Amino acid sequence: MSEKVPGFLGWMQTPAGRVPRISTELGFSDHLGAWKARWGIGRMAYMVPPGLYALGNPAASDPVVVTANYKMSYDIVRRTLAGRNVWLLVLETYGINVWCAAGKGTFGTGEVVRRVSSSRLAQVVSHRRLLLPILGAPGVSAHEVARRSGFSVSYATIRAADLPEYLDNGMVSAPAMRELTFTFYERLVLIPVEVVLALKSVAVIGGVALLLVAALGDLAAGLSAFCAYLGAVLAGIVLGPLLLPWLPGRSFALKGAAAGLLWSSVFYLLAGTTWNIWVTAAIFLALPAVSAFYTLNFTGCSPFTSRSGVKKEMAIALPAMGGALLMGVALLLAGRFL
Amino acid sequence: MKGFRYLMDVVTLQLDQAACIGCGRCVEVCPHQVFSLAEKKASLRDRDACMECGACALNCPVKAITVDAGVGCASGMINEWLRERKLRAPGGNCCS
Repeated sequence: MSEKVPGFLGWMQTPAGRVPRISTELGFSDHLGAWKARWGIGRMAYMVPPGLYALGNPAASDPVVVTANYKMSYDIVRRTLAGRNVWLLVLETYGINVWCAAGKGTFGTGEVVRRVSSSRLAQVVSHRRLLLPILGAPGVSAHEVARRSGFSVSYATIRAADLPEYLDNGMVSAPAMRELTFTFYERLVLIPVEVVLALKSVAVIGGVALLLVAALGDLAAGLSAFCAYLGAVLAGIVLGPLLLPWLPGRSFALKGAAAGLLWSSVFYLLAGTTWNIWVTAAIFLALPAVSAFYTLNFTGCSPFTSRSGVKKEMAIALPAMGGALLMGVALLLAGRFL
Repeated sequence: MKGFRYLMDVVTLQLDQAACIGCGRCVEVCPHQVFSLAEKKASLRDRDACMECGACALNCPVKAITVDAGVGCASGMINEWLRERKLRAPGGNCCS
């Protein structure tokens, strides 16, 4: 802990030593940092030092809110608690958000116990209660924390934005605070990093497709194949997640295939005048398969898909996708040589 | 979750009602309102809404709940599958 922690205002003296008091207002660099992290720039090193922080002027009786040391988590929590006196206990999750860190176990029982002890929280506050985010519960065993640290755990809310109301409500969660949502905007902010992460494989596979088709036909056909592929990838990564509730079926692969079918139709209207039946059939088989793969992958970002469900989907969808792709290629070759 | 529904009859969630002491932790931690509590016993109100995060099982003080929890993303599971067959170097995950 030093004066370099984000939002540093000054030191606060406590019976367990000095604690940084931090601002509840975000500056330009905080907003820029969040934007960059959303685009995957420096995302894996976007973190703050773990430990105890003070928001406002907390006294020994004030609540302790626990969060992860991903800087975006830290920023969202401190901003939402503006105008309040609260202790903020930041866990070492190696720059990973609460939900993903809980899944890995770094936002976990052991780290809560360790951080309570290393920050000497028992000397700073007079109560014995920690407020944890509900999405941290997959990593934390409340009764184990209580047994090992003497602090009881209350799972407060899912969203940091509900914390003020939770505190005003006498630290009781209203049903809405415990209910997950996955709104259009909540899906939208997840997409940029998915696009960035896919770039490498898109460049490789797209490049190979371009060269292959260019070798079989001409350069224009190669470029057309590249555009078709790129569009199918974007349909799967962008369109699938955005249109998630309106695409048919429950399976993400099926939803992705529908998004890919949309793109195939658009591409047909744009460039389909010169296609013969073989090419048309190949396009409508292969492109939805590509989109389906990327939308299926979005199960990793969605907060309502189960591991067993994804397993089941993969067992059916991956062979189907592979089959559709092979058929598409076979049709293209057949159209060329028959 | 309002507006979203995943596959039916796939989840591995199990609740042993005889062991349940009715503390209500599962109701508190589940973000999908899978559990309900009546007369000091939890029950599965909406089992298909479960996303197998494992929060309920980990927070049940009498181990009355079991679920096969884990990373649920396709690319993570493909990588896991490839690593198990030594087709891919260790490390690298969807959100690590």
